[in-house]
Amino acid sequence: MRSVWALAVVAALSVLTASTTTLAGEPKQGGILRIYHRDSPANASILEGATYSVNVPFMGVFNNLVIYDQHKAQNSPDSIKPELAESWSWSGDNKKLTFKLRQGVKWHDGKPFTSADVKCSFDLLMGKSQQKLRQNPRKTWYEQVNDVTPNGDFEVSFDLKRPQPSLLAMLASGYTPVYPCHVSPAEMRTHPIGTGPFKFVEFKANESIKLARNPDYWRKGLPHLDGVEYTIITNRSTAILAFVAGKFDMTFPTHITIPLLKDIKSQAPNATCVVEPTNVSTNIIVNSTAPPFDNIDIRRAMAMALDRKAFVDILFEGQADVGGTMLPPPQGIWGMPKDKLATIPGYGPDVNANREEAKKLMQKAGYGPDKHLAVKVSTRNLAEYRDPAVILIDQLKSIYIDGELDVVETANWFPKVARKDYMLGLNLTGNSVDDPDQSFYENYSCGSERNYTNYCNKEIEKLFDAQSQETDVNKRKQLVWEIDKKLQEDVARPIIFHARAGSCWQPYVKGVTIMSNSSYNGFRYEDVWMDK
Amino acid sequence: MFAYLVRRLFLMLVTLFGISVVIFFLLRIVPGNIVDILFAAAGYVDPADKANLEKELGIDQPLIVQYWHWISGFLRGDFGYSYVSEKPALQEILPRIPITARLAGLALLFSASIGIPLGVISAVKQGTRLDYGLRVVSLSGLSLPSFWLGLLILTASVAMFGQMPIFNPNPQTWLEAFATYAVPAAAVGFRSAALTMRITRSSMLEVLRQDYIRTARAKGASDAAVNYQHALKNAILPVITVIGIEAAFLIGGLIVTETVFNIPGVARFLVEAIRWRDYPIVQNLVMLIAVVVVSANFIVDMLYAVFDPRIRYTD
Repeated sequence: MRSVWALAVVAALSVLTASTTTLAGEPKQGGILRIYHRDSPANASILEGATYSVNVPFMGVFNNLVIYDQHKAQNSPDSIKPELAESWSWSGDNKKLTFKLRQGVKWHDGKPFTSADVKCSFDLLMGKSQQKLRQNPRKTWYEQVNDVTPNGDFEVSFDLKRPQPSLLAMLASGYTPVYPCHVSPAEMRTHPIGTGPFKFVEFKANESIKLARNPDYWRKGLPHLDGVEYTIITNRSTAILAFVAGKFDMTFPTHITIPLLKDIKSQAPNATCVVEPTNVSTNIIVNSTAPPFDNIDIRRAMAMALDRKAFVDILFEGQADVGGTMLPPPQGIWGMPKDKLATIPGYGPDVNANREEAKKLMQKAGYGPDKHLAVKVSTRNLAEYRDPAVILIDQLKSIYIDGELDVVETANWFPKVARKDYMLGLNLTGNSVDDPDQSFYENYSCGSERNYTNYCNKEIEKLFDAQSQETDVNKRKQLVWEIDKKLQEDVARPIIFHARAGSCWQPYVKGVTIMSNSSYNGFRYEDVWMDK
Repeated sequence: MFAYLVRRLFLMLVTLFGISVVIFFLLRIVPGNIVDILFAAAGYVDPADKANLEKELGIDQPLIVQYWHWISGFLRGDFGYSYVSEKPALQEILPRIPITARLAGLALLFSASIGIPLGVISAVKQGTRLDYGLRVVSLSGLSLPSFWLGLLILTASVAMFGQMPIFNPNPQTWLEAFATYAVPAAAVGFRSAALTMRITRSSMLEVLRQDYIRTARAKGASDAAVNYQHALKNAILPVITVIGIEAAFLIGGLIVTETVFNIPGVARFLVEAIRWRDYPIVQNLVMLIAVVVVSANFIVDMLYAVFDPRIRYTD
């Protein structure tokens, strides 16, 4: 009898606790979420953008066909959810992806959303439209798509040249919003119209970006916020001080460096802060078309001289990740496991032994204690580029390479790289989707415009295609690891480390999830709310 | 006097023409244009897309044609379109001018209202502790970079009061407006105040040694009358010159201060526009600043005659 009473009490308490939790966690309607923005984006067009300075403020204006679950930190094939599409299905041969579209969705100007808008958007991205995007940085994502065909107003099919299961990952990216047919790409740059939870209100360059609640949003009851306001503050110190002083509810996502995070925690101890990888790798681009780096021995020696842990310790107080091309696990889905990584020359834990090997390669190439190799290490005039470049120069000294820093203004950086007017470059590569197709085809395939070093290996190209068509995730992973290992061994673009960064918000801000393997996909903010 | 005015105005026009040529061609000499920057940010370049965009923006035309388009437009009041925002350049520039003008005006006011009286006091009390103290203040004003001072003020206000003066674009009351502009104006004006103080002090010291000052004292004039009516009036000329020159150089300090205090004025906007190679904004804005500076010089010259009856402009 006593146990029955005890059970009853426990049950009553648990019901009470559950209901209390629900009440405390009940989202509240209203309020403007104030965030500082690190930079003034060139325009408001996500399809033309190549920086998360555009994604962060404008992602909430739009919807995709599908989207990564905004509350799962790790983007994965399993976390893709329907958005403007209600469901999707693959054909038996995996060459046709069909979406059933949501009905009753309206653009912010009141016009109805239909399958024609999906076709327009992807025709723009594939370069098939009469209208042209000024820039189309992700055209390569859709190279396997033959055509996008509407089947009535609320169904649309993507016909592929060959199976490409990762297409769904590309469609789920924050970089893949659906644009309206009736608004020109030029207008989308200055006054974007979407179907998303927030309507565009105003964008004043170098000043502010304002979004307001879309009262007709197709997800009833959302968004919780009345609006989101971004104040553009380019000076990081000022921005962080303003956050600490309570002028902002949230910092710009992943804008806080690890050393600065300590300052915030000491000055605003109530703030919630998280540190996550950004899926931005710091790497070396090697001009292998000209001496001395046309010599594979020198390239390998350089890669073997790297002490990656020292970079991570100095720049990130130990909080960054060492890996290959793909973001390492556990946050990265496709990165090589540690034991496999350690088998790649230069990744072994004994740095001195690696450097001894590197010295032998340098001596084989004709350099030694009495004959040093002089190189210029070019990089952009930004701290996140300059700082690792300085460490790199210091480390190269250990293998008879005397480096000289060559700081290049952003405007000149890409033209300089494109005309191969450099020896070594310290580079940052941001991966918008944690998927091998995005990384391999963009950065390493023959002829790709973002393949800065013109690395071209036909054997690896075949493996790119093989992994791309593989539907079994585990088999695909094995292929990806093999490719990644070969890319490092070929010194295609030696990866030094994968950065991590902090994001902070005030304790009353609820429902924010910072993605752990992408800096580009988590800014819809439709169910973010403020408990105040 | 009239002929002098006409000649000065003509010279002003020649100067402005020269400035327009220098701005235009210097901007074109700087490597990279807006298209390069856009593609650099995108991480790729497609030569066909690049050529299309250059054509769309008109930067594929010969330089002389581009110059003519710009300068004829400027004279008609047509400033073209910002390459970045695609809005009319004038619409982008105009709302920012009053913000910077207020900030600059307040900084100059701060500079004059602090610098001149303290300079006078320092001269009158030469060799005293007060003089030494004021000289240390003026030296620190000249030595502290305004960005550092600005950050120090912000950090101190957050650390001490948990508050931070942040720019309010639409102040509703005078108090709000003052709160918005006073601190950044003080930060940027501190250097000018220090300079003004030093110039006032040395100029006053020179005048105070003159015979007519001794005569005035011998006739029984009060200290205040001697210092402010006789000495300051004669010592003010170099001070006016310095304030005039400072007005022109203030734009440099304002760039930093507007960045630190996040004030959306023209100074910070100009730097951003240069970063993007947004030619229509940069060219027109620099020309407007040049017009202001050249006019300020002209006005200062005219003020000489007002303050010093010995100066009369003739042919």
